[in-house]
Amino acid sequence: MTPRTQRIIGFVAFGVFVAFVLYLPQLDLGFLGWDVAVSDFKAREYSYVAIYLIALLGLNILTGYTGQISLGHGAFMAIGGYTTAILMAGNEEFGGPISGGLKDVWTLPIAGLVAGLVGLAFGLPALRLSGLYLALATFAIAVAMPSTVKRFEEYTGGGTGIQLFGTPELTGSITNVHVLGWSLSPNEWMYYLAWSIALVLFAVAWLILRGRTGRAFRAVRDSETAAVSSGVSLARYKTLAFGISAAYAGVAGGLFVIASAFVNPDTFPVALSIFLLVGIVVGGLGGLSGLVFGAIFVAFLPLWAQGQDLGSLLPDRIVEETQKPGGPAIVYGVVLILLMFVLPNGVGGLFRRAGQLLSRRRYSPPK
Amino acid sequence: MVVAAFSDFMQQVVSGLASGGIYALLALALVIIHRSTGVINFAQGEMATLSTYIAWALIAHHGWRYAPAFVATLLISFVGGVAIHRVVIRPVERGSVLRIVIVTIGLLVAINGFIVWEWSGEPQQLQSPFGTDTYSVGGVVIAAHDIGTIAVALGIVFLLWLLFQFTKVGLALRAAAVNPEEARLVGVRVSWMLALGWGLAALLGAVAGMLTAPTVGLDPNMMAAVLIYSFAAAVLGGIDSPIGAVVGGLLIGVLLNLLSYLSQYGMFDWFTEELRLPMALLVILAVLLVRPQGIFGKPAVKRV
Repeated sequence: MTPRTQRIIGFVAFGVFVAFVLYLPQLDLGFLGWDVAVSDFKAREYSYVAIYLIALLGLNILTGYTGQISLGHGAFMAIGGYTTAILMAGNEEFGGPISGGLKDVWTLPIAGLVAGLVGLAFGLPALRLSGLYLALATFAIAVAMPSTVKRFEEYTGGGTGIQLFGTPELTGSITNVHVLGWSLSPNEWMYYLAWSIALVLFAVAWLILRGRTGRAFRAVRDSETAAVSSGVSLARYKTLAFGISAAYAGVAGGLFVIASAFVNPDTFPVALSIFLLVGIVVGGLGGLSGLVFGAIFVAFLPLWAQGQDLGSLLPDRIVEETQKPGGPAIVYGVVLILLMFVLPNGVGGLFRRAGQLLSRRRYSPPK
Repeated sequence: MVVAAFSDFMQQVVSGLASGGIYALLALALVIIHRSTGVINFAQGEMATLSTYIAWALIAHHGWRYAPAFVATLLISFVGGVAIHRVVIRPVERGSVLRIVIVTIGLLVAINGFIVWEWSGEPQQLQSPFGTDTYSVGGVVIAAHDIGTIAVALGIVFLLWLLFQFTKVGLALRAAAVNPEEARLVGVRVSWMLALGWGLAALLGAVAGMLTAPTVGLDPNMMAAVLIYSFAAAVLGGIDSPIGAVVGGLLIGVLLNLLSYLSQYGMFDWFTEELRLPMALLVILAVLLVRPQGIFGKPAVKRV
C-alpha cells in the first residue's frame, strides 16, 4: 500500500465517519434486537462524546505528538467553560463588570482564544520542565483550579457557579431551534453543534500535524537535542503546542457548559484531567482516529461500569454486585488496567497494526 | 500576652511537625518508587487508605488489640505492595512511562471503589495508639498523639536508613535503582528488588495512614489531600532524595501550620484554611521553576 492509497483510504474512512455521525440521530437498529435507537435523550449523551473528542484532540497534540505530559487539561477546559458562561449570562449579579448577552455559538471562538492565550503563557514556564515534573506542575494547576475559581467570586459566582437557564433565548440547548427550515429539539441541536465543531477541529488538527509544524512537534517529542540541532526552536514549538492544545480544551469546555447549561467549580474536577489523559492513552498516543474510541471510553465507561446498556449481557449476580456503591469504580479501574495490558498502544495502535499487516503482504521495495 | 503567643506558636510548630512526619513517610514512599521505577505512584494514597481500613476492620470487626493489628497490617501491606508490583506493574514496565502512570490511576480508582464497596463510604473512627492525653511543657500544650507521630515517623525513617545503608538487601536495592543493567550483571535480582521497593512503599503508606486516621477520621478519601502535600514534600526535597523527602515533609507541615497561625495574628491575613492545598501546589510550582531538582536533589544530567 503506497502512501497515496493510504491517504485515499483515510479520506474515504473520514467521509464514511462523517456520514455516519450526521445520520446517527435518525438511525434505528431495533431490527437487530439491539436497543441503541438514538432517542432524543441519547443524542445529548452522544454530544458529550464529541466534546471529549475535541479535548482529546488538543491533549494528543501536546502529549502524543509533542511529548509534553499534561495532567491539567481540565483546568484549560474550565477556562473555556467559564468564558462561555460569563459571556452568555454575565457576572453583574455577583458584582462583576460583564453584562453578558452573547449567543452561545459566538462564545466558543472566544473561549478557545482565551484558553489558548493562557496555554501559551503557561507554555513559557513549562519550557523549563519535562516529563514527570511537567506532569506534576500541570496536575497542581488542575487541583488548584476549583479553589481559585471560588476565590474570584465576583467574576465566577463562587461555589454556586453560573446558571444559563435564565437566558433560553441565547442557546438552543434549552429550547427548540429553527435552522434552515429544520426544527431541532435541544438535544438534537446540541448533538449537531458539538459534532460539526468536533469534525472541523479534527480536520484542522490533521492539517496542522501533517506539515512542517507537525514534523517539528514530533522532532521535539522524539529527541529535543536532535530537534534543536536541526534548527527546530524548542521554545517556539513547545509554547505553540501548549497554545493550540489549550485552545482545543477551551472550545471543549465552552461546549460542555452549553450542553449542561450551568457551570460551577465541580464541573471540571481533577478527575476529568486524569480521565482525559486516560482517553488519549486508550485512543492511542500520536494518532487521531483512535481518539474517537478514547472519547467514547471517557464518556461512557463510567455508565457501562454500572451495568447500564450492557446489563443484559452479564449474569444477574455480577450486575447486582457491581451496582453496590463502589462497584462501578472497581470495574472501571480493572478495565483500565486490563486495557493497558492488551492494548499497549491504544485503539489507534490496533489500527496501525492492522494497516501494517495489510501493507506487509503487498509490500514491494521502492525502485 | 507574649508568653501566650509564644506557647501557641510552639504548639503550632509541634503539630506541624506531626503532620509533617506523616507527609514525610508518604513522600518517602513516593521517592522509593520513583527512584526504582521512574514513575509517580498516583495510587500511593489509596493504598495507604486501604491498609488503614484493614487495621480498622481487624480492631473493630474482629476484636484484635491495637498492637497485633498494627503488625498484621504492616505485613499485609508489604505483601500487598510486592503483589501489586508483580501482578500489575511488571507487565507494563517496559512500555512508555505513561502506561505505568495510567495503570497506577486504574489502581487508584479500583482501590477506592473497593473500599466503598466493602466498608461503605461512611466515616469511621480509628483510635490513636498514643491515647488522647495532652502534656503541658512550660505552658505549651502538646498532644500525646503528635509526639507519638513524630517519634514513629523519625523511627521508621531511621530504620529504613539502616536497611539501605548497612544491609546487603539495602545495597542491592540501591544498586537496582541506580543502575539496573550493571546490578543485574553482578547478580542482583533487579525485578525482585523493584517489587521489594513497592512493598516498602506500601508499608510506609500503611504507617502514614494509621497515624493520619485518628486526627482526620477514616474515610475512603482520607489520604487524597495528604498525597498532594507529600508530592509537594517530595518535590521540595528533591524527588530522588530520601533525606529530601523527610526534610521536605517536615517543612511543608510546619510551613502550612505557621501560615494559618500567623494569619490569626493579622500577618498573611489573606491565608484561609481553604488555601492550604493551593499553598502546597504553589510550593510545587515555585520549586519546579526555581530549582527543579529540589533542595537535596542533584540536577539531572543526561548524556546524548
